[in-house]
Amino acid sequence: MSGPVGTLASGEPVRILAVASGGGHWIQMLRLRPAFAGYQVTYVTVGPCDASILGGAKLKLVSDANARTPFRMAWLLLRMAWIVLTVQPHVVITTGAAPGYWAIRFGRWLGAKTVFVDSIANAEKLSMSARLSLKKAHVTLTQWSDLARPEGPEFWGAVV
Amino acid sequence: MIFVTIGTQLPFDRLIRAVDEWAGAKPGREVVAQTGRGTYEPRHIRCMETVEPAEFQRLVRESQFIVAHAGMGTILSALEIGKPVVLLPRLAAHGEHRNDHQLATAERFGVRPLVRVARDETAIAGILDELELGTTESQDGAGRISDSASPELIAKLREFFASARPRRGVAP
Repeated sequence: MSGPVGTLASGEPVRILAVASGGGHWIQMLRLRPAFAGYQVTYVTVGPCDASILGGAKLKLVSDANARTPFRMAWLLLRMAWIVLTVQPHVVITTGAAPGYWAIRFGRWLGAKTVFVDSIANAEKLSMSARLSLKKAHVTLTQWSDLARPEGPEFWGAVV
Repeated sequence: MIFVTIGTQLPFDRLIRAVDEWAGAKPGREVVAQTGRGTYEPRHIRCMETVEPAEFQRLVRESQFIVAHAGMGTILSALEIGKPVVLLPRLAAHGEHRNDHQLATAERFGVRPLVRVARDETAIAGILDELELGTTESQDGAGRISDSASPELIAKLREFFASARPRRGVAP
């Protein structure tokens, strides 16, 4: 059972971990901000970032990685594990890519609801991190209705 | 001022060279470019490797138009402010990205009124000439987008957040 918006039935605030790597991923996360109203949000990105636009929400920085940078990926994995353990989110949302995938893996493992929003840049096929998250996240979203499938990803709308 | 930006990841010399050569043929133009770590050395434009987010916003706002890779960060920033943007998609064949998704991005966003797509680097100069001649600024906000996601997406996400449950809980 949930309590009023942003709280559980117990009155505990619902903590959202919002994870995005840089560039377009982060800009798309910023466009989701109205969805976070009333919730306790911790943002994670790769920086540089203008924290003044986050309305006082917490911000943590990680170093980005991809399939071609295995050592950085290992470091990112450890750092995300630590962030998820310390933030204890009830919800993990990401707009990609690798940092969000790991946040979803650890978040789900610890009982959070998880949603992966694939970048609107992926108009013809899902990104690799979104494809991986299909099996791991509660919901994986595409921003192009023609990419939606009954077994996922789903289409709930777009950032534009 | 014309603002050129190639995003935060890989270099994109093909675009920087095309704009630099155009600026060389048109003395007196003020061109500011965020170029990343390319090997091409521009001679006619002012370059910075990276731009902080607040400075990026200022350059987008103050520019006459933007010339960029087909990256979503740049496209969304331009459309939020209502600024014309010329896109050259990065191609994996030139080592400019890991795949060719920028072709699809350019195709989907190229139908919007503020967006022009260059099919390759040779098309850049012609498009820049046209933009300089025309009244390129979007007057009554034509083509401008709001600063947040679609109301449907926001509503569905809020529904999803409301389904949050107490955690099983593992203390650090």
